[in-house]
Amino acid sequence: MNSRIPPTPLPSLSIQSTQCLRARIRRRHVAERRFRFYGFSAMVLTLAVLVLVFSFILSKSYTAFQENVLSLRIAIDSAMIDSKGNPLTADYRELIQKAVAGLFPAVTDRHDRHLLFSLISEGAPYALRALVTRQRQQAKRDGNIIVDVLLSDEADQFLKGHITAHVSEKERKIKDLQVTWLKELQARGLIHSRFNITLFTAGDSREPELAGILGAVTGSFYLVIVTLGLSFPVGVASAVYLEEFAPRNRLTDMIEVNINNLAAVPSVVFGLLGLAVFLNGLSFPRSAPLVGGFVLSLLILPTIILAARAALKAVPLSIREAALGIGASKMQSILHHVLPLAMPGIMTGTILGLAHALGESAPLLMIGMVAFVVDTPVTLLDPATVLPVQIYLWADSPERAFLEKTAAAIVVLLGFLIAMNTIAIMVRIKFERRW
Amino acid sequence: MSLSSKKDAQRVSLGDSLLVETACAKLAARNVNVFYGEKHAIKDVTLDINCNEVTALIGPSGCGKSTFLRCLNRMNDTIDTCRVTGTITLDGENIYASKVDSVYLRTRVGMVFQKPNPFPKSIFENVAYGPRIHGLTSSRSELESVVLTSLERAGLLEEVRDRLHASGISLSGGQQQRLCIARAIAVSPEVILMDEPCSALDPIATAKIEELIDELQHNFTIVIVTHSMQQAARVSQRTAFFHLGELVECGGTEQIFTNPVNRLTQGYITGRFG
Amino acid sequence: MHNMEHTAHTVKSYDEELALLVNTIAHMGSLAESQLTSAVQAVVWRDSDLANHVVASDSTIDELEQEVHKQVMRLLALRQPVAIDLRNIVIGLKISSDLERIADYAANLAKRAVVLNQLPTVKPVAGVPRMARLAQELIKDVLIAYVERDENKAVTTWKRDEEMDEMYISLFRELVTYMMEDPRTITACTHLMFMAKNIERIGDHVTNIAESIHFLIEGTLLRGRRPKQDVLASA
Repeated sequence: MNSRIPPTPLPSLSIQSTQCLRARIRRRHVAERRFRFYGFSAMVLTLAVLVLVFSFILSKSYTAFQENVLSLRIAIDSAMIDSKGNPLTADYRELIQKAVAGLFPAVTDRHDRHLLFSLISEGAPYALRALVTRQRQQAKRDGNIIVDVLLSDEADQFLKGHITAHVSEKERKIKDLQVTWLKELQARGLIHSRFNITLFTAGDSREPELAGILGAVTGSFYLVIVTLGLSFPVGVASAVYLEEFAPRNRLTDMIEVNINNLAAVPSVVFGLLGLAVFLNGLSFPRSAPLVGGFVLSLLILPTIILAARAALKAVPLSIREAALGIGASKMQSILHHVLPLAMPGIMTGTILGLAHALGESAPLLMIGMVAFVVDTPVTLLDPATVLPVQIYLWADSPERAFLEKTAAAIVVLLGFLIAMNTIAIMVRIKFERRW
Repeated sequence: MSLSSKKDAQRVSLGDSLLVETACAKLAARNVNVFYGEKHAIKDVTLDINCNEVTALIGPSGCGKSTFLRCLNRMNDTIDTCRVTGTITLDGENIYASKVDSVYLRTRVGMVFQKPNPFPKSIFENVAYGPRIHGLTSSRSELESVVLTSLERAGLLEEVRDRLHASGISLSGGQQQRLCIARAIAVSPEVILMDEPCSALDPIATAKIEELIDELQHNFTIVIVTHSMQQAARVSQRTAFFHLGELVECGGTEQIFTNPVNRLTQGYITGRFG
Repeated sequence: MHNMEHTAHTVKSYDEELALLVNTIAHMGSLAESQLTSAVQAVVWRDSDLANHVVASDSTIDELEQEVHKQVMRLLALRQPVAIDLRNIVIGLKISSDLERIADYAANLAKRAVVLNQLPTVKPVAGVPRMARLAQELIKDVLIAYVERDENKAVTTWKRDEEMDEMYISLFRELVTYMMEDPRTITACTHLMFMAKNIERIGDHVTNIAESIHFLIEGTLLRGRRPKQDVLASA
């Protein structure tokens, strides 16, 4: 009944000899193990390098989080402050010097006394004035107060062990006499180290012990705000247009290609663009976070557009059709359905773009954010600097103390970047694929 | 041969006249051609869809039945390269006239798709979305009653009554499809188009949907595209057979499946193709 | 539409099963035909052994009908046939039933032959083989029409039932006349009358088969009055 021809048998493994088969299986296992090993060692290598880099930076930076101070007894006189509590022009410097001199009454030589006084930070008088004003306003009586006075950067570095006495005196900034005095003060228990809040509360300064990252952090923060505010709406809107509305023709293809190319442009070029257009052409205030924000938003715009397009493309067509099928207009289907579902992807792309922007320094150098800015910016138009630029400036400075400060600033920056990337990953994991 | 050439009053043949039945035509397609760029996908189709009846469109893959279905609610507008000529009228009005708003048309001609596609929102929100965006209800309680009625008519209410705020995608495949049907019903369309609604479902879920179609046809006009001829035979009153973009034969389902006029139709339904 | 059978089903085993069905029915048909032939021979040659053999062989055809029934159920359940395949399978059931009845009538003929052979020969007995020859022709024609799907042949056979009826009426008259002339022949003539009736019924069943074949090919019932002479009126 069945007129079909039986098919020719296909070759099968079962007809090979057992030995042959076993050898083949063995070879395969070895090859698989080798393959795994390659991957494993690549991963180990990468991790090792990362650990090396991080530990190197951390080792250089941890001392920056401590500052050394000297306890001084200072006599307060009501003549220093007026009845309204404003500090009068008393010579706080003199007060400090008097107190210091009082610790070493034997030092009389003018040159030696100069050396002695240079153990104290230049900013100590200002700190004292601020302290006295605060205390006076708290209705303290006249009398002596114990003040913790910041030591100079050389003293600080010596105490941290970065400057040693083994080197000959000519090759170091700290002199033997000063070393003796410092040791004496240590022995007397008047020197102690505390957490370096100056690092986090002060703006930049020529004096290392007075320099802090607050200005840079604030500048970075404003910068991120401006960048986000400019690039996010523009990027998302462009992506929505390109993905949902643009007709599929040569022009659209060209636009897409050019956007992809923009992502590959070196960031310095954006800085030059900002210089030429925003500063020279439109006369924006130099060094302001506003300008920096404009420049960086151009930088990360392609990233956001690409990420947003990918997120929009990933939303399945069935959702759009479902919305259209019950009579939603195109705008309604995008706003109510597609965009909310694409938002995790868009946010991830944006956060990554912002992390990238946070770490940029080259374009900002072009627009002047390399200036030595001391004050913390208050508005978006005030001159400011950003953390990467601050790091660059400090790295360039000759003072020994800036070394550890640079490392500390790097640690802070890395901390922010890691935090932002972690948030991006968490957002992605939590909201991934809800359909 | 004289016996077979007698015109049987119950038999409908295409190519010459239109329908002889007394049923009203809800949707009428006349000389419809659809082009995807250069490709001629639908060739000169003339077909009537009657009120409160289930019309099945059958044919091999790529014959154009889904394309034709999507013309009926202008879903092909979303495809850039698609061009439609000819007229399709809904209650006498040409739906491709320039003054017709395709968005509003889709509230009158709803659609259920092959793969169940509930929104990733709660069951309640899924059904409430349509009435909400079209402003069909004026209060929260009215909206709730519309949602509950739609779910009941879709045969889903009993199963989800206690979890209306669970996500729509947590339901089984068959339940999701019924949710999509409830969503489509909620805007009170006049016609429901179904594009292979059961192809992703198991036999029990399929049977439930077929039962639902039986009930819905009293109030809606239904057009269903299906790969399964047995399903077309079970649920429809009229069947249209498409082949390579042309409408080969259209007639009463019983006639098509017991004594089709066209040999191509017979070849397809008896499995003699290829 | 007539040449639809020439295209094979995509699933070959379906075609094989349908072919099996047709062959089984054709086999039944040829067996029924030979049963009739043998039964008539038993009458003509007064051969009671042959007649008994015919009666015994009837069970074979009954079994074949069961077989056809089984095949039809199987095809309906497993193949979900539509259109021409459905008609083919459904009429298979009908035709096998008609053929089984034809064979039954042939067996009845043989039974009566045994009885008739105990009685002296009567003259009108020659009428029976004449009718039977026509019946054989009709059966053969209708079977050919079935196997070859020949619609013309089926319709022609359908119309020839008229001939059968005419023959029956004339034999009936002859037998009545004979019985009136010689009452001693009543027993024999009555048997002959029944035999003639059986053959006439065979003709009716052949007509059924012809109608089924028409339905298979055209998908509609044969319209028009069945060609039937008003038997009772002319008696």
